[in-house]
Amino acid sequence: MRWTLRHLGWAAVLAALVAAWQAYVRLRGVPQYVLPAPTDVARTLWDERGPLASAAGVTAREMVAGFAVALAFGFAAAVGLHASATVRRAVYPLLVASQSVPVVAIAPILVIYLGFGLAPKLVIVALVCFFPITVAALDGFRSVSPEHVRVMRTLRASRIAVFRRVELPWALPSIFTGMRVAASYAAVAALFAEYAGADSGLGNAMREGTGQYDAPLVGAAVVVLAALALGLFGAVTLIERLTIPWARRVK
Amino acid sequence: MATAVGSPIELTGVTKRFGDLVALDGVSLAVAAGTVTGVVGPSGCGKSTLLELIAGLEEPSAGTLAVAGHPAPAGRLDRCALMPQSDLLMPWRDALGNASVAIENRGGGRRRARAEARPLFERLGLEGFERTRTWELSGGMRQRVAFARTLLAGKDVLLLDEPFGALDAITRAELQEWLRAALLAEPRTTVLVTHDIEEALLVCDRVAVMSTRPGRIVLELAAGYGDGERAAAIASPPFLEARSRALAALR
Repeated sequence: MRWTLRHLGWAAVLAALVAAWQAYVRLRGVPQYVLPAPTDVARTLWDERGPLASAAGVTAREMVAGFAVALAFGFAAAVGLHASATVRRAVYPLLVASQSVPVVAIAPILVIYLGFGLAPKLVIVALVCFFPITVAALDGFRSVSPEHVRVMRTLRASRIAVFRRVELPWALPSIFTGMRVAASYAAVAALFAEYAGADSGLGNAMREGTGQYDAPLVGAAVVVLAALALGLFGAVTLIERLTIPWARRVK
Repeated sequence: MATAVGSPIELTGVTKRFGDLVALDGVSLAVAAGTVTGVVGPSGCGKSTLLELIAGLEEPSAGTLAVAGHPAPAGRLDRCALMPQSDLLMPWRDALGNASVAIENRGGGRRRARAEARPLFERLGLEGFERTRTWELSGGMRQRVAFARTLLAGKDVLLLDEPFGALDAITRAELQEWLRAALLAEPRTTVLVTHDIEEALLVCDRVAVMSTRPGRIVLELAAGYGDGERAAAIASPPFLEARSRALAALR
């Protein structure tokens, strides 16, 4: 019983919230186009499962591809920033400042430039995910214990060996933290990108649903999008547990 | 000696300043090839700095030092392996993986490095612990693995910085005997830094006593009391006399 409470407490809270929402809509007689009841959303989820699934496939592809690109570039950027103090001083402030440009603002420009396909979405998701990954990875590299590096140097380690055998493993927990943050941004970023111009995907479905006052459809799309976000987050967490099992045993 | 193993270490009037702080003041010390010299002194007398200087990780402010006739830091680093007080084992590697890291650093792959490290690993009493994770090792076993790692660097000179400082008295006594035996079996030019006079007298061939900051060598003693039975050695008049002379020099 105690185990159930500790591990499924969130489910109880969620169920209570959904029940309260259902009761509010039904008791107050709120029209469906204003606020759909959870049961309306659930029914739409089932009735529209085909179109929703294909829209989810499009959005998921944008999320995963953008995330992967951000990971590759973010990791490379962090390595470069870590390797050279000159590069760090020249680039890092600009990188931080670039975060003050809202991606929502540049999304339409990217759509004009890159069209309505996968490319602008991928770029937008990657732009959003890039920063947390880069900062976390750089943080990880900067926090490496200098004593470990020193000992490695007396153990015949080249610069590259020090990176591979000390700095990279040391930074991995931090990199995964950045990846988890980025994963939780990816869904919202994909949604923004699709709002800016798309002919498929969950964002597109939501925009169409809004235009037709089809609130249950919008709600259903939100549920699916949340599931995608959780899925990506969960996948990153799972990979983290499998690749660095030692991280939870030390520190 | 015809079969001299290891390099002689030669320090002449070595002074090291960090800003206004004089860590070492005119230290002269000669360590013959294949012998073990202990450096005893109170905490903060610059013992660790002495090892970093020998290892080529720091440069003296004045004076000269050479390892096997090599005065340049890169040449010294090439010949010295440093074992720090905190073992600095890497939790992302198992025990044998930690011990064999220096072989891996020379290239040739992980599996070959492990195979090459295994005989020494077993000779040092670590058989059966190959795959043990670092956080599952006791303090004494961690130091053994760290020592194996230092030996497997294949350097002529071992620099041991308070290797047993963090261990309980019983484990400490056990490891002192173990280290003496290991150094007889695998002779290297060794400098052992410790604040424990008995440890130095038992493990080392010679003992140099350092004063408190600025560190100076105030006494040099012949040692080598650790080859017989420990209890008898500690109670023998020559040992007691050496100990009281060292203690008097420390005051």
